[in-house]
Amino acid sequence: MSASLEKGVRVLKEMIDAPIASYLNSCVHCGICAEACLFYTETGDPKYTPIHKLEPMRRLYEQEYTLLGRLARMVGLTKPVTDAELAEWQELVYNSCTLCGRCSVVCPVGNDIVYMVRKMREGMSAAGHAPDGLKGAVTRTVKIGSPMGVKLPAVKAQMKHVEADYGIQIPLDQEGAEYLVMLSSMEIINFPEYLGAIAKIMRHAGKTWTLCSEAFEATNAGMQIGNSDLARVIVKRIVDGAEKLKVKTVISPECGHAYTALRWEGANLIGRPFTFKVQHIVEVLEELRLAGLLKTEGMETDRLTFHDPCQLARRGGVIQPQRNLMAMIAKDFHEMPDAGFMNWCCGGGGGASAIEEGEELRLEAFKRKKSQLDAVKPHRLVTACANCRIVLEEGLEHYQMNLPVVGLTETIAEHIPDPVGND
Amino acid sequence: MTSLVDSVAARNATVEEELARRGIDRREFFKLCGAIASLMALPAGAAEQLAAAVAKARRPSVIWLSFQECTGCTEALTRSHSPSLESLIFDLISLDYHHTLQAASGDAAEAAREAAMKENAGKYLVVVDGSIPLGNPGYSTIAGVSNIETLKEVVAGAAAVIAMGTCAAYGGLPAAQPNPTGAVAIRDLIKDKPVVNIPGCPPIPIVMTGVIAHYLAFGALPELDGLGRPKAFYGETIHDRCYRRPFYDQGKFAETFDDEGARRGWCLFKLGCKGPVTYNACATSKWNGGVSFPIQSGHGCIGCSEPNFWDAGGFYNALSMPAHPLNVGAGIAAAGAAAGVAVTFFNRGKKGAAKAGHETTTLDDLEK
Amino acid sequence: MDQLQFLTWVRGTGLNLTLAIFVLGVIWRLIEIYGLGRKQDLSAPRDVAGASGWHTIYRRSIPPPGMLKLSPVSYIGGYVFHVGLAVVVFLFAPHIALVASLLGPTWPGLPSQVVDFVSVVTMAAMVAVLADRITKPAKRFLSTFGDWFTWTLTFLPLLSGWLAVHHLLLPYTLMLALHILSVELLLIFLPFTKLFHAFTTFGSRWFNGAVNGHKGVPV
Repeated sequence: MSASLEKGVRVLKEMIDAPIASYLNSCVHCGICAEACLFYTETGDPKYTPIHKLEPMRRLYEQEYTLLGRLARMVGLTKPVTDAELAEWQELVYNSCTLCGRCSVVCPVGNDIVYMVRKMREGMSAAGHAPDGLKGAVTRTVKIGSPMGVKLPAVKAQMKHVEADYGIQIPLDQEGAEYLVMLSSMEIINFPEYLGAIAKIMRHAGKTWTLCSEAFEATNAGMQIGNSDLARVIVKRIVDGAEKLKVKTVISPECGHAYTALRWEGANLIGRPFTFKVQHIVEVLEELRLAGLLKTEGMETDRLTFHDPCQLARRGGVIQPQRNLMAMIAKDFHEMPDAGFMNWCCGGGGGASAIEEGEELRLEAFKRKKSQLDAVKPHRLVTACANCRIVLEEGLEHYQMNLPVVGLTETIAEHIPDPVGND
Repeated sequence: MTSLVDSVAARNATVEEELARRGIDRREFFKLCGAIASLMALPAGAAEQLAAAVAKARRPSVIWLSFQECTGCTEALTRSHSPSLESLIFDLISLDYHHTLQAASGDAAEAAREAAMKENAGKYLVVVDGSIPLGNPGYSTIAGVSNIETLKEVVAGAAAVIAMGTCAAYGGLPAAQPNPTGAVAIRDLIKDKPVVNIPGCPPIPIVMTGVIAHYLAFGALPELDGLGRPKAFYGETIHDRCYRRPFYDQGKFAETFDDEGARRGWCLFKLGCKGPVTYNACATSKWNGGVSFPIQSGHGCIGCSEPNFWDAGGFYNALSMPAHPLNVGAGIAAAGAAAGVAVTFFNRGKKGAAKAGHETTTLDDLEK
Repeated sequence: MDQLQFLTWVRGTGLNLTLAIFVLGVIWRLIEIYGLGRKQDLSAPRDVAGASGWHTIYRRSIPPPGMLKLSPVSYIGGYVFHVGLAVVVFLFAPHIALVASLLGPTWPGLPSQVVDFVSVVTMAAMVAVLADRITKPAKRFLSTFGDWFTWTLTFLPLLSGWLAVHHLLLPYTLMLALHILSVELLLIFLPFTKLFHAFTTFGSRWFNGAVNGHKGVPV
């Protein structure tokens, strides 16, 4: 029970680096970041302007790391950051930010705002100002193994169901397999067809793979709450599991932040480069496609569109592969306006979907996604993130839109023919 | 050159009578009045008015005092190879005292001055060229008397004072940094009489003529600007009347004194021309009877009719250039680097301390 | 002190002081900011051609898809006044003489009438962005004293220069002196206000491009 303003301030001081100093000094208050952020565009409330989320950090930076700022603080021209202020900022740093990164790609002076928000969360969590929903999620992940409280027995039960449904064995703790497959709680509980799809595709492509009993959960609530110490604990399980099983590649599932946490933050959290590759399932499928190992049959004929998860596309660099995969199985595919690199967030990333008190805001922000979909009027919506799926379904229901949402991997798998001579 | 120390009869004659006595053509006289009227932008018909009034006027007594000067102002007035309009000035006035031009010297000269002052008390004009040293009265004396004493004594009975040349008007060369003699202008000393400044180093002669003619004709000095200069001659800058202005506007400049641009007569701004900040009639009236002026001859205006023009940053430094060599070099850069490095040293220390003091957050630490 | 003495002072001592503060300030602030350093990224990079800090330095000058219509005055007004300022400062002969005397080689300028036109358009653009700052909710919300102050610091040199050239408001010599003084104030405050983005924009864009380029995203 030691979260305090002092701790938070100390952490923020640790976080501030040359990029942040450069960004804070470059901001010219042009407000363009607000125009890129769905929480501002759909509410019109200027307090959601992205750069404003960093105001306590900016003042702290000025007072601690600039000569003039230090002098100003000495003579009382600027006030130190207070606990009340951080409490006030909780809504701005968590509820109304999904770490989608749109603000970072539009800022004319080049400010990477999402980079700063991520670091701001470090200070906020150390100061005790993180939302209860996220605290719960990270607690469950660390103590139990997953944010939704899923334990190994539940995983094993799902494995049995999938084996029965698909007639394929699900490997567990296979040393020397090429791929270590990670899952997100959401998939284990809500979308078991993902695991079946993986099994089908791997068999079809002739690749060895395995689950890991000590590290099956990919999502990293520590990253979402913004606490590297806790994020490290979660990532370390995966690293230990991967190294123990001596796999070549760890596959991050259809999830956004799991990918970011493992692929981009992971090595920095444990302080050394990985000895294995990390790929999103979409990247793996694309690789298999390019190698000629993914031979699909038939096409979906209804009108489809694709929602790019922020952490996969804009923040992860995987933008074209999902399109190539869709082209394999979609006859009637249409891009939404702003699709791809500039796609609008579903509104539930960055841990936002776990924040109960932020639901109303999320649903209002969903109007942006709704307008994208209204422009295309698809029959079904395809995506590659389980969290996006849940959030999209919630939003669509709220606005009474009859639009099924499906995962890309399972859709591909539906077009993988069963091997000849198998029943 | 007309002789200047005349008999009593000559001194009391009207201009018309004096002109007749000397056999000066009436056409010359009308030409002069016409030229002056147009130069001073007087209304139509003023030339006739001016001629009629001047003809009837009694030539005023003028006492010319020369202090810390180079005699250039007199030279400008008198250096002409043929009788010029400017020289006709001496037909309009009775010059009763002038060091360079008077025939008498010594006591006789001083006596002539005192006599003129007594006879024309309250009505004579005083023309001054040269500045007055306040540092030590001994720096400049006439007949053993300091300039300032002479000035005060002579101006006491004057109707008006004309400060001829930049030295008298603003201090001029002697007053340039570091002003070793403590030179001051006439206006700084004389507060109780009307003072007209006719600056220039030297001034354009026709200006003097115009001022005198105006005084004779209308009994008053012409309208003056904030620096005491007749607006008719000092109301516009050289830049605004310069024939090379189109080249300035087109961006065509001479870069050196004998380059292509200079030979083509392009603007001399980059060679230091002070035309934009100098008020005078050089660009219109020109010099030597309208022959030329500095810019036309290929040299930038040095701003000689402005106060402190000697200290205005160098004749060959364009107005948009630094007035004197700058003192911003490696030293300043090093100081900035030192400041930056010092702050960075403290910053890194602070960041390091924050890192060293990092307490690994456990789940419990998420709560206060 | 009369007009010409005032002009000589701002051209002389004033300019000297200003440039000293400017050079000292810029170097100090650059080191103060970038001296904080950053940690190395240990994750495996994704190499994609065209995704790097250097690319972002120029690419970020182009409005990303869909943004121009959401913030037209910021983009268009912003570009017009930045380019306009550059034209007025660097393509007007008297200014070129000054910059060349400080930095070295010289270059040809534009006719004065063209610069005059550009300066009017620039001032109009600046008024437009000011109006936008007052009316647009996000901009107004973010604006502090620093924004109004720096706008004024940037606008006054344009206005005073234009007034001087056109002999309006005050006598030329005085107007010119005030123009130079206004430029000196702009330079003195530049390293210590948001105007410093003139230097840090490049570093910020580079870091942004580098971090995203590491992930193979061209931004």
